Amino acid sequence: MSRAKGRSKDDDKAASKAARKARKRRAAGGAPMRRELVARLLARRGDALVVPGLGSSAWDVAAAGDHPLNFYTWGAMGGAAMIGLGLAIAQPERRVLVVTGDGEMLMGLGGLATIAVQRPTNLGILVLDNEHYGETGRQKTHTHHGVDIAGMAAAAGFADTMRVDAGDDADAALDLVLDAPGPVIACVKVAMSDDPLVLPERDGPRLKDRFRQALLGAVA
Amino acid sequence: MARKKRGAEAPTWPDEIYDVLRAVDVRQVAYVPDAGHSRLIAACADDPRMHTVSLTTEEEGVALLAGAWLGGQRGVLLMQSSGVGNCINMLGMIEECRFPLLALVTMRGEWGEFNPWQIPMGQGTAAALGAVGVITQRADEPGRVAETVVSAARLAFDGSRAVAVLIGQRVIGTKEFKK
Repeated sequence: MSRAKGRSKDDDKAASKAARKARKRRAAGGAPMRRELVARLLARRGDALVVPGLGSSAWDVAAAGDHPLNFYTWGAMGGAAMIGLGLAIAQPERRVLVVTGDGEMLMGLGGLATIAVQRPTNLGILVLDNEHYGETGRQKTHTHHGVDIAGMAAAAGFADTMRVDAGDDADAALDLVLDAPGPVIACVKVAMSDDPLVLPERDGPRLKDRFRQALLGAVA
Repeated sequence: MARKKRGAEAPTWPDEIYDVLRAVDVRQVAYVPDAGHSRLIAACADDPRMHTVSLTTEEEGVALLAGAWLGGQRGVLLMQSSGVGNCINMLGMIEECRFPLLALVTMRGEWGEFNPWQIPMGQGTAAALGAVGVITQRADEPGRVAETVVSAARLAFDGSRAVAVLIGQRVIGTKEFKK
């Protein structure tokens, strides 16, 4: 649901009330664990190309098992979805999956508009939304205060968007990101968790070259 | 050089850049519009082999072209000097990963600039790019633009380097505001 009119103070109150309710539900154990969710996504990746955003999302993807067709970012914050777009344009026959966090996605909101205009049918974005900057001291992000990334993508013109709150069916989000005609985005509220660090390869040239060799073979 | 009046002979250097981009097989053309690049952008948009991507901010283009290269395509980023400042952290990925990057930057804030707000970034463009490992090559005469783009494309795609061609404001013409 999107609203075209400007926000009033009442709207803000309602939004923060809804956010409080959602947090209560998550605290009660209704929100999926990010590691498990990403593992389930990648178990179904097939020949998809995967771009994890920096930080926890990259560790989640690494924890699911390393793959040469993962281009882990260790920086370039705000760029994961746009890397995905360039890849999706270059490889229209392959599914491209961007797996990132709410903080990383918030830094690249303009990219949602660019992606919506380009309409890549093979691009799916999964936002793991724990409402915090997990790597820098757990400061709250804007999604904690009610900012709705999926709603913004819908307003930009994404083919399909989904916001999954605690207690909702997270498998529907995986189906969307993996299979629906893009561009699609699913923002899944995930539990705050203390997962063991699983650090992937971090040498930039090696990450880039192994990806190209796995995808393009000898021409790379 | 004053801005060309309607009906005056159009400059040929944008067409020459287009020919170079075609010859080196550039497939993705990312841009934030700039008057100096308008003719080139239109030519690329008309070419079915090229995919043009209008950006909301220039750093998106840096990320886009990293993805393009991962997927096996060459690209180019077209922007004005004011956009260079928007790209700096994203260019850190290009440097660290040794991604090729070809950027064509039309300069403002240097030759007879009318708008003082353009001057700080225009004067800092080369230094800012240099600070994150981007090689800069200047083209200050219309007849030298194409050969400079050829050179930059070789450094970028054969040498796996980030290279920006700075097209001097003298080439583009000083922007004038008419009352």
